[in-house]
Amino acid sequence: MANTDTQTLTRQDFVSDQDVRWCPGCGDYAILAQVQKLFPDLGIPKEKFLVVSGIGCSSRFPYYMDTYGFHSIHGRAPALASGAKLANPDLSVWVVTGDGDAMSIGGNHFIHVIRRNIDMNILMFNNRIYGLTKGQYSPTSELGKKTKSTPMGSLDHPFNPPQLALGASGTFIARAIDREQKHLGPILAEASKHKGTSFVEIYQNCNIFNDGAFSELTEKETKAETQLVLEDGKPMLFGVRNSKGLILEGSKFKVVEINSKYSADDILVHDKGDKNLAMLLSEITYNPELPVPIGILYQESKPTYEKMMMEQIQESVRTNGKGDLDSLFFGTNSWVVE
Amino acid sequence: MSTVKKKISEVDVATIRFAGDSGDGMQLTGNQFSDNTAIFGNDLATLPDFPAEIRAPKGSLAGVSSFQLQFSNKDIHTPGDDLDVLVAMNPAGLKVHLGDLKDNGMLIINTANFTPKNLQLAGYEENPLDNEILLEGYQVVKVDMTQLVTTALKDSGLSTKIMVRSTNMFALGLLYWLYGRSMDSSIEFIQKKFAKAPEIVDANIKALNAGYYYGETLEIIKTTYKVNKAEFKKGKYRNIIGNNALAFGLLTAAERSGLDLFYGGYPITPASDILHYLAQYKSFGVKTFQAEDEIAGVVSAIGAAFAGDLAVTATSGPGISLKSEALGLAVISELPLVVVNVQRGGPSTGLPTKTEQSDLNQAVFGRNGEAPMVILAAATPVDCFNMAYTACRIALKYMVPVILLSDGYIANGSEPWQIPEIESLPEIKTRVVNKKNGFAPFDHSNKELARPWALPGTPGMEHRVGGLEKWDESGHVSYDPQNHQYMVELRQKKVDIIAKDIPPAKVFGKDNGELLVIGWGGTHGALRSAVETAQDTGKSVSHLHLRYLNPLPANLGEILVKFHKVLIPELNMGQLSNIIRSKFLVDAVSLNKVQGKPFTQTEVLNKITELVEGA
Repeated sequence: MANTDTQTLTRQDFVSDQDVRWCPGCGDYAILAQVQKLFPDLGIPKEKFLVVSGIGCSSRFPYYMDTYGFHSIHGRAPALASGAKLANPDLSVWVVTGDGDAMSIGGNHFIHVIRRNIDMNILMFNNRIYGLTKGQYSPTSELGKKTKSTPMGSLDHPFNPPQLALGASGTFIARAIDREQKHLGPILAEASKHKGTSFVEIYQNCNIFNDGAFSELTEKETKAETQLVLEDGKPMLFGVRNSKGLILEGSKFKVVEINSKYSADDILVHDKGDKNLAMLLSEITYNPELPVPIGILYQESKPTYEKMMMEQIQESVRTNGKGDLDSLFFGTNSWVVE
Repeated sequence: MSTVKKKISEVDVATIRFAGDSGDGMQLTGNQFSDNTAIFGNDLATLPDFPAEIRAPKGSLAGVSSFQLQFSNKDIHTPGDDLDVLVAMNPAGLKVHLGDLKDNGMLIINTANFTPKNLQLAGYEENPLDNEILLEGYQVVKVDMTQLVTTALKDSGLSTKIMVRSTNMFALGLLYWLYGRSMDSSIEFIQKKFAKAPEIVDANIKALNAGYYYGETLEIIKTTYKVNKAEFKKGKYRNIIGNNALAFGLLTAAERSGLDLFYGGYPITPASDILHYLAQYKSFGVKTFQAEDEIAGVVSAIGAAFAGDLAVTATSGPGISLKSEALGLAVISELPLVVVNVQRGGPSTGLPTKTEQSDLNQAVFGRNGEAPMVILAAATPVDCFNMAYTACRIALKYMVPVILLSDGYIANGSEPWQIPEIESLPEIKTRVVNKKNGFAPFDHSNKELARPWALPGTPGMEHRVGGLEKWDESGHVSYDPQNHQYMVELRQKKVDIIAKDIPPAKVFGKDNGELLVIGWGGTHGALRSAVETAQDTGKSVSHLHLRYLNPLPANLGEILVKFHKVLIPELNMGQLSNIIRSKFLVDAVSLNKVQGKPFTQTEVLNKITELVEGA
């Protein structure tokens, strides 16, 4: 049901009266600004937004949004959001989480909400570090990461978030970067439109405990060479003036220069509906030889959990009639004492 | 075959037990006899007992499954102590249960399973059927049920393996004959259950009949028994299992409050049946969500509560351990939530299919910080309906999470239930608000100290809640020292004031005297029976059964001082006893049992006698 108010909503309508308390220079500010800018344009009445978070720096997000919000407990935001969405499928549900919250303590809920395809948008701020507990390595930190808890370097291999989401049968998997505002906004808009669980990994700089983790991807001098901006139906070109592209050699990507030997037509075209391609793209995450893909890696249409749930309820009412307590209680093995 | 004329003996009460291997269908047989007994008009109480393993080693002592019921023409409260009839389908069943059979009790044995291998598995060095000393003093009825069933079904075209599966129906038929029952309810059940396989319907009914007619023609049993109808108040009745009653209570509360019921949970014995029942009630709009784990079960329910459903989760002790952090979240965010714990033997995985009451401490103390919760406990299978309904009513009226304690014994046990008139149940009030003016999400300015329930989707009431400490009224995050003290005290008060909304504790018997027996939860039946018996012999004993454990009834202290002694029998090491001792400085005596089994009436009575006669 369209609320006439949606026509007049502005960014300011989504700014709460609470002071934002992230560290100065934190990448979270940019993401907050993008979300506050995006929400008025989605055509959704303000009261239908619900922002849910777990624990961590990013999870303070709901306090700064003037929407319904729930700052829950560590790792559990997807479970809480699932219950809320099933209680009221009309809501536009947004989960804000971090790499520790979603990949470590909340790993189980993360894969299961994705598998169920409950309609919500999961924004995972990935800074590859624990910020709120002051600088331990996270499940997305690179192997050998030296932190307070790993003075000689971390021993665990990192998770690859898009691949994990793909492995959990995700239906919308994207990546964006805090500093790439013009790219981030439209990706979030696409995530919002998608029916089902949308997962957006957002690379986010923690300037206190892991400063520069993504600087190669964000610095002007290098980003043309290190970013691969995916667009559905477009060739996978990158580099200064799109001078390079990806082709497939066997089942592996290879970088080629656009020159007399290869033209743009020879370059592999992105197809966001191709799961095998999405698997290859997600594999690039930690490969220093290849550019890092951002944009929508994969999208497919599948029925959502809540839609099927409501259909079962309606089907049951159709078949059995609307539930009646008296006849249920008195149904079987009953008798009357006169 | 000519039938033999039998004597019919009228008795007031009977206790019977079916015992056999896990695969022998003893639970189904027991439930059939119970339903039949209820429809016939007796009062009854049941005690199913089965191993945790789905297919425990066949024929072993560990694999014995049994079902006991007591039925009477009077009001009874327990499944009975000693047995009038024991049906032993195999040597292991005989070995485990023979000790409970009364002198001169009837022992019905399926001889077919007394093979050398089964005898060895049961630890018998010689065949007990040949041991006259062992069987002396019982009315022994040895029947090769398996042989008789396969003979009756020889033209059915079924394989021997399938035919043998109907042997439990033979035993059921024989017991129906022994107590002069109509078999209609079981015939109807069989027809429904196997509707898709007419040959199985036919086989089971034939086996049932074979058992019945065997009784008629058998000369060994010279007497059959008749337990007349009990007196019940006018009304509609059915027999009901505790977990089913609990699910009905939740469903009724949802209907009465006008809310959708949301159930988030993870399968766990002995609570899973609540999920199974609710999953069948989709036509009532019930949403059941089988979550990925116990934590997601409760957290999804908290999300549903925030969004406006009547939110419930159910589990057993180990599941509560996993949910603890989330329960603190429900406390601090002041959301209506019902958390059911169907207790089982602990600690850790403990005794999954056996009963215990050892999670009271966990319910009272098991969260970080000062996190008081309302705690209720159901006393009988039927009471599971009332207390589930009440738990929902309190949660919604006061905007608090409520723990409802049940246990394996009442969850799986059954008794006749007088079906209530829905309209006669107390009204359920919610705190849903939609008036924008003056809205503050943590406004507690009402006598229930309940905050408003502003549901997402309501324009103009956007607000945030969460696990961080918050200012009263605004709900904004606050680390202010004075405010924290205020909020901690407020959350305690929110629980305490509910004492005004619960019925005062009621004493069964005189409200003063020598001994007061206090109990809670599923021990109600054993305690009541023991106290009744003690009263009948002139002892100055009363019984008080607590259904509200936090807050406790406001008048409890006044009652305690009117008795010289207080006895608190519990299926734990003294958890309620500790609470009563510390709260009221009463020198309560404990009677503790942790064997995975309910109290027998005799155990409680012996303790009463010891205390009263020793006075």
